[in-house]
Amino acid sequence: MTWSDISDLLWEGFQETAWMVGLSAVLTAVGGLLLGVLLVLTARGGLLAAPPLNALLGLVVNVGRSLPFIILLVAVIPFTRAVVGTTIGTTAAIVPLTIGAIPFYARIVETALREVPADVVSAAIAMGSSRRQIVGKVLLREARPALVAGLTITVIALVGYSAMAGVVGGGGLGDLAIRYGYQRFETEVMIATVVVLVVFVQLIQMLGDVVVRRLSHR
Amino acid sequence: MITVSGLRKTYHARRREVVAVNDVDLEVRPGEIFGVLGRSGAGKSTLLRCVNLLERPDAGTVLVDGVELTALSDRKLRAARRRVGMIHQHFALLSSRTVAGNVAFPLEVAGVPRTQRSARVAELLELVGLSDRAGAYPAQLSGGQKQRVGIARALAAEPTVLLSDEATSALDPDTTRSILDLLLDLNRRLGLTILLITHEMDVVKRVCHAAAVMREGRFTESGPVSELLLTEGSELAAGLFPLPAVQTRQGETAFDVTVSGPAADEPLLSELVRELGVDIRLLGGGVETLAATRAGRLRLAVAGRGEDAAGFLRRRGALVTEVTR
Ligand SMILES: Nc1ncnc2c1ncn2[C@@H]1O[C@H](COP(=O)(O)OP(=O)(O)OP(=O)(O)O)[C@@H](O)[C@H]1O
Ligand SMILES: [Mg+2]
Repeated sequence: MTWSDISDLLWEGFQETAWMVGLSAVLTAVGGLLLGVLLVLTARGGLLAAPPLNALLGLVVNVGRSLPFIILLVAVIPFTRAVVGTTIGTTAAIVPLTIGAIPFYARIVETALREVPADVVSAAIAMGSSRRQIVGKVLLREARPALVAGLTITVIALVGYSAMAGVVGGGGLGDLAIRYGYQRFETEVMIATVVVLVVFVQLIQMLGDVVVRRLSHR
Repeated sequence: MITVSGLRKTYHARRREVVAVNDVDLEVRPGEIFGVLGRSGAGKSTLLRCVNLLERPDAGTVLVDGVELTALSDRKLRAARRRVGMIHQHFALLSSRTVAGNVAFPLEVAGVPRTQRSARVAELLELVGLSDRAGAYPAQLSGGQKQRVGIARALAAEPTVLLSDEATSALDPDTTRSILDLLLDLNRRLGLTILLITHEMDVVKRVCHAAAVMREGRFTESGPVSELLLTEGSELAAGLFPLPAVQTRQGETAFDVTVSGPAADEPLLSELVRELGVDIRLLGGGVETLAATRAGRLRLAVAGRGEDAAGFLRRRGALVTEVTR
């Protein structure tokens, strides 16, 4: 295989990975924030205390987190068909990736929001804030650095999960490394893929760190 | 200005019941600084948090500025809370907002338009002497500066009442003094009514007109400081004027003599000596200017004619307690 073949493959794989990870990261951020906020609000002593609902949400999150990703990938196929109309391809892979990552990020969000000091929340209540204002102006706002740091971890985990997307024909860099490097012994392709992945992950981490530093005023 | 009656709050923690506030009545008059003094766990914070209903009391009513907070719907309560400022031991500032942003918070919550907000914020920062730190973040400030921001924020929505939960407990003595001076100044200039809780006798000494001592959820004494001083067995009086152990000689009678108000500045002792021709020894005590009144408390040993001496001092308005051993 020539270097130009390899770079074509890499470019294509990179685009697939970026699409899968990018879109599922956005969906995960939204879903994880919603679920995380709900976990905090419905907890005992929370602003919308509802312990039974909280227990149910906790269970759903734990089930989501304990399922090996490869099993989730296959298990959600019927759901994927209902949502995107097909069960194979890069876009189809986004559904299980998002479903797998939301519970992961939701727990990070929950932890980050709990770190906001109780007296700060109580001060906001004493100033006449509504629940909506407390969530938006206090909890989410004060936790921003931790939320971004957690999202960085989640996105990098998504890069890892996306390597398994080949199972549903998702493609991407991970799939490339498995197909060429592992199954066809094209060592150069595998090494090149791994290098690209390392650089990609490194860039995500650096970007995350920069944003966290700008948001953090502790 | 603040009227609390029959207030009761019980916590249920691990099958154990803690009656944090047990049937407390409290009256803070307009323009008064009222201090609640008590040891750790006495229920002071719980009492304060019941006043703006951060905690729902199990029984009793809370009136602030004529409005019964305990009877309000959630929406009305939110509006009413804006009329009650609160400052906290650990400042409770938003770390993600600048000084100006923190002070603007209550205005934002109340829906005050941006242009009015910034004018009001500038005014408040001027009031607490932090105009030059408007753009700083709380993490860049000293404890005293943080508490000034806390005070500016608490005053933003022009409350009639300020609640203070150990506002100076995390500060060193000098900073404590400057924060207490600021509170006194606000009390005088704005007529702000302040309900503060503390475990430091010095705070009561410096700023309180009236006070209560709290113990295991109850008030053991309560009233104007000048009256409490003249009350037999007052813990507040004993705390404000610590006295040394009684050491009397043969034939001496020992008395604790407490005076408050103008009597504190009269030459009572020399009159006593002249009138009765007795010898007296001073065992300890002092005369001080409190926020509420001039007051003094002395431990005396009188050689002979103890009864007459006590009678003389009582007639001059002093509280006299015999402590001979
Ligand atoms: N949320 C709570 N749940 C259970 N018990 C509580 C709670 N808050 C306070 N208590 C209990 O109520 C009692 C009074 O507590 P409170 O915080 O009012 O005391 P305090 O006088 O403010 O003490 P400190 O000076 O240490 O702040 C304590 O025994 C405390 O353990
Ligand atoms: Mg307390």
